[in-house]
Amino acid sequence: MHLDRRGFLTTLAGLSWMTPAAELLARQAEKTDGPAGSIILLWLGGGPSQLETFDPHPDSNAAGGTKAIATAVKGVSLAAGYDRLAEEMGSIALIRSMTSKEGDHERGTYMLKTGYRPDPTVIHPSIGAICCHELPTGTTDIPRHVSILTGQWPSRGGFLGGEYDAFQVDDPKGKLPDVVTPVALGRDSQRALDLDVVNRAFARRRTARVEATLHQRSVAAARAMMSSEQLKAFDVSREPAEIRAEYGDSPFGRGCLAARRLVEVGVRCVEVTLNGWDSHVNNHEIHRRQAGILDPAFAALIRDLRRRDLLERTIVLCCGEFGRTPRINPFGGRDHWTNGFSLALAGGGLRSGFALGETDPEGVKDPTSPIPVADVHATILTSLGLDPSRENIAPVTSRPIKLSEGRRIPELLA
Amino acid sequence: MRLRDVGFLCVVLGCGLATGRGVIRSASPVRGPLREVAARPEVSARVDEAFRRSWTDQGIEPASPADELTVMRRLSLGLAGTVPSLEEVRRFEAIEPGKRVDAWLDVLLRDRRTADHLAERFARAFVGVEGGPFIVFRRRRFTTWLSDAIMENRPYSAIVRELIAEQGIWTDHPAVNFVTVTRDEMTQRPDPDRLAARVSRAFLGVRIDCAQCHDHPFQPWKQADFRGLAAFFGGVRSNLRGVSDAKNEYRPLDRKTKEPIDVEPTVPSHPELLPAEGPPRERLASWVVDSRNPYFARAAVNRVWAVLVGRPLVDPIDELPAAADTPPALDLLAADFVEHGHDLRRLIRAIASTEVYRLESVDLPEEAVSPNDETWAAFPMTRLRPEQVAGGLAQSASISTLGPGSSWPSRFVAYVDGNNFVRRYGDAGEDEFSPLGGTLPQRLLMMNGELVKKKTRGDFFNASRRIADLAPDGSKAVELAYLCVLSRRPSDEEAAHFTPRLQGAKRDDRINLIADLFWTLLNSAEFSWNH
Repeated sequence: MHLDRRGFLTTLAGLSWMTPAAELLARQAEKTDGPAGSIILLWLGGGPSQLETFDPHPDSNAAGGTKAIATAVKGVSLAAGYDRLAEEMGSIALIRSMTSKEGDHERGTYMLKTGYRPDPTVIHPSIGAICCHELPTGTTDIPRHVSILTGQWPSRGGFLGGEYDAFQVDDPKGKLPDVVTPVALGRDSQRALDLDVVNRAFARRRTARVEATLHQRSVAAARAMMSSEQLKAFDVSREPAEIRAEYGDSPFGRGCLAARRLVEVGVRCVEVTLNGWDSHVNNHEIHRRQAGILDPAFAALIRDLRRRDLLERTIVLCCGEFGRTPRINPFGGRDHWTNGFSLALAGGGLRSGFALGETDPEGVKDPTSPIPVADVHATILTSLGLDPSRENIAPVTSRPIKLSEGRRIPELLA
Repeated sequence: MRLRDVGFLCVVLGCGLATGRGVIRSASPVRGPLREVAARPEVSARVDEAFRRSWTDQGIEPASPADELTVMRRLSLGLAGTVPSLEEVRRFEAIEPGKRVDAWLDVLLRDRRTADHLAERFARAFVGVEGGPFIVFRRRRFTTWLSDAIMENRPYSAIVRELIAEQGIWTDHPAVNFVTVTRDEMTQRPDPDRLAARVSRAFLGVRIDCAQCHDHPFQPWKQADFRGLAAFFGGVRSNLRGVSDAKNEYRPLDRKTKEPIDVEPTVPSHPELLPAEGPPRERLASWVVDSRNPYFARAAVNRVWAVLVGRPLVDPIDELPAAADTPPALDLLAADFVEHGHDLRRLIRAIASTEVYRLESVDLPEEAVSPNDETWAAFPMTRLRPEQVAGGLAQSASISTLGPGSSWPSRFVAYVDGNNFVRRYGDAGEDEFSPLGGTLPQRLLMMNGELVKKKTRGDFFNASRRIADLAPDGSKAVELAYLCVLSRRPSDEEAAHFTPRLQGAKRDDRINLIADLFWTLLNSAEFSWNH
C-alpha cells in the first residue's frame, strides 16, 4: 500500500467515523469548563434594518409596507420572512432599544464587536478574544477563536495580541486553508526535523532571545493543529443531509452548522458573517433576500444546540453594526441609524422569550429603556462567569482596561 | 472574438490599470546619481559615546560587533524592505572588507526600492492603512508622491509642510490626500479632530488626541490644546474640485453646557513660533516644521530609528515624553537633523553608522529580554513586518535582484502575490512597531501556504531549481541556499547535517532536497526575525 499523508488521514477519518471521537472530546471539554462556555456571534455586516427584522411596526409610515408575523411568544412579533425564527422565539431575547454613537460601518463594527468606541490610543479586543483570554484553555488543538466567512473587519485580539485574532475560514463547503502539507508525509516530517537543526544553530548565543520569539511554540501548535482530529469539526459534510437542509443551502447556513460543531469540540468563540445588509437602495428587496438566508440558519442553530444540550452553555448573539432610519429614502432604501436598533440573544442561561425596550413607531422620539452597546457585553461576560469590571493592562501604555465598561442588564440575567 | 484576442485585451487592460495604480512606473529614476561613499556623519560618534557612557553607568558589557553580512541583511530589510539577493551578496563581497557596509548603505540609499519602502512606512503614520473615502482618496498616488520626494531627498520639513498646507486635487497634488483621507460622510468635510490627532502623532510624536475628550492624565496636554489644534483645520473643504479653505466652522460641543462653542486656532506649546499672519493651515505647517519646535525633529528621528532598527528609541513611537526625559541619542540625532536641513538620507546614514546598529543580537549576561527594557547593548531582535516577509520570500527564490529593474510582468506578479500574502499573513496596520508575537495562521501559511510552495518547488525560475542545476557539489548547493534565504553561510554543524544527503542524489531527488532545504530555512525563526 502506498502510504502518504492524505491516504493516512483518510484512513484515520474512516476509522474515527465509527468511534464518536468528537463527542468524547466535547465531554472532555465540558469537564474543564465553568458556567456558559462559548459564544456564537452571527454578524450581520452592513447594518440590518430593525424594522424589517426584529422590530416591525407594520402600521406606521416608517414600515413602508413591511408586514409583521406573530411568534411563539404572545405579544412579540417579528418582521415577515422570519417564520422559523418565530417558532424559536421562546429561546430568544430581543433588545429593541440599542443605542450607539457610531454610525460609520468600520467604527460601528468596532463598537459592537468590542463594546468600546474606537480609541486611537488602544485597540480593544473583541468579545471573542476576551473569552479566549479569560476562560480556561480546555482541550482544543484548533484555534479557539474562529471567524467563518470573515467580513471586512474580523474580530481581533487587539492589545491582547495577534494570537487572540479570529482564525479566518471561508465557506465550510471548501477545504480549510493551509492545514495540509503540500508534500508527502515522509518529506514533511524530515523538514520538521531539519527545522530543529536550523533553529538550534540560530539559538546558540541567543537562547533567551529566541525563546522570547515563541517561534518553537507556534510551530508546535501549528503542527498539532495539522494532525488534530478536531479539524473535522469544520467539515459539515459529515452531518446528515436533513440537518444540513435545516440550516439552509447557503454559505452562512453551513457556517452556522460548522459553528455548532466547533463549539462542540471546545472552541470558545465562533463568528459567522452574513454580509449584504447595507440597504441604502431597495431596502425591502434586500431584506427579503437576507431573511431567506438568516431565518433558517439562526432557527436551526438554536434548535440544534438545544437538541444537543449545548444551548445552556452557548450564547448566540445576532447583530450588525447599527440599524436603519425609520424613514424610507428616495431610493427606496434606509440609511444608517444608531438610536433604537435591535439585536437578538439566545442561550447561555440568559432569560428569553421577551423583547426589551420599545422604539417610537415613527422614529421621532427616543426609544424607551435605551441600552448602550457596552451593557450587552457586560451581560454576556457575566453569563460566561466573568466579572466585567476585571481589568487587563494594555501593553506599552500600561493602561488598565476593563473587560467591559457596561452595566449588566438585569432583565436578561435570571 | 477568439480566446487569444480576449487574452490580449486582458493583458492590455491589466497593464493600463496597473500603470494607473502606480504599480508600474516609467518616468521616475530607479537609482540616484552615483558618487563617492559618503563619510560617516560626525554625530554618530557622539551617539556612540552617549551609549557607552550609559553602559558603563549600568555596568553592562555590550555585545561584539556583528559580521558584515548580518549588518547587510539588516540594512536591506530596513531600507529596501527585503533580504539581499544572492547577486547582491556577491557584489557586496566584491567590495574591500571593512568598507563593505558603508558602501552598501550608500547603494541602498540611492535605490528606488528604499524610497518605495520608506514611503510605505511613513504613509502608515501619515494616512493609515485603510482604503479611505472612495474617489477623494488615492493611497497609491500618495505613496508614489512620497517615494519620489524621498528619492530626490527633499527635506523632510518640506514634505510635511506640503502635507499640512497643500491645496488642490488628490491626484494632481497627492499631498492633499493627507487631508482627504479623513473626510467624514456625515459632514461631507475633512474631519478636524482626526487631522489634529494625525498631526500630533505623526509629526510631533505626541498623543495629544488623548485630550480629545478630557485633559490628559499624565501629560501636559489639555482638551483646549487639542481643540485649538483641530481649529486650524476648521475651514478645510474637500469636494470634487479638490481641497480648499473656507470659513472656520469647527464648533465642538462644550463639555458642560453641551452647546457648540467657538474655538480659536492655537498651538499646544511654543506659541511664539506660530506666524501671526497667513492662512491657518500654512501657519500651522510653519509652526510644526520650525527648527525650534523640539517635537518635530525628535519625532522624525524616533520613527526613522524604528524603521531601521525595528524598535523605536522611545516606545510608544508617538508618545515622546514632554519633559526633557528623552534618551541622549534621540536628542543628539534630532539636533543634527535640524542642523542639516532635515536631511533624511543623512539621518539614516547617521543611525546606520552607530555602534549600536552594528552590534550582534546575542543574549547579554543578566539582561532582561523584555521588549520594553532596552539598553541597546545588543542589537534587538524584532519580528519582520508582513511586507518584509513577503519581500524576503520572493527575493530568496530569485538569484537576481527583484525590484524596479526586473521585467514588468514579474513585478506585476510579485505585486499581486505579495498583496495576497500580506492579506493572509495579517497586515501589521498602523501600530507596526508593537512587539507582539506571531500567530498560528502565519505559521500555517509559511509551512503549507500557496506562495511558499510556489517559491520553493523546483520550477525553472526558482532559485532552488537553479541551484540544483548549477551547483557543482552538495556543499556548494547548501551554502547557496543559506545565502539566498538567510544571507549567511551554514555553520559546520548545519553543513554536516544537510550536505551528505545531497551527495549522489539524482536529478529529481536533488531538486526536491534543495526545495526542502529552502522550505526549512524559510520556516526558521531566523528568517522571520531581524537580528
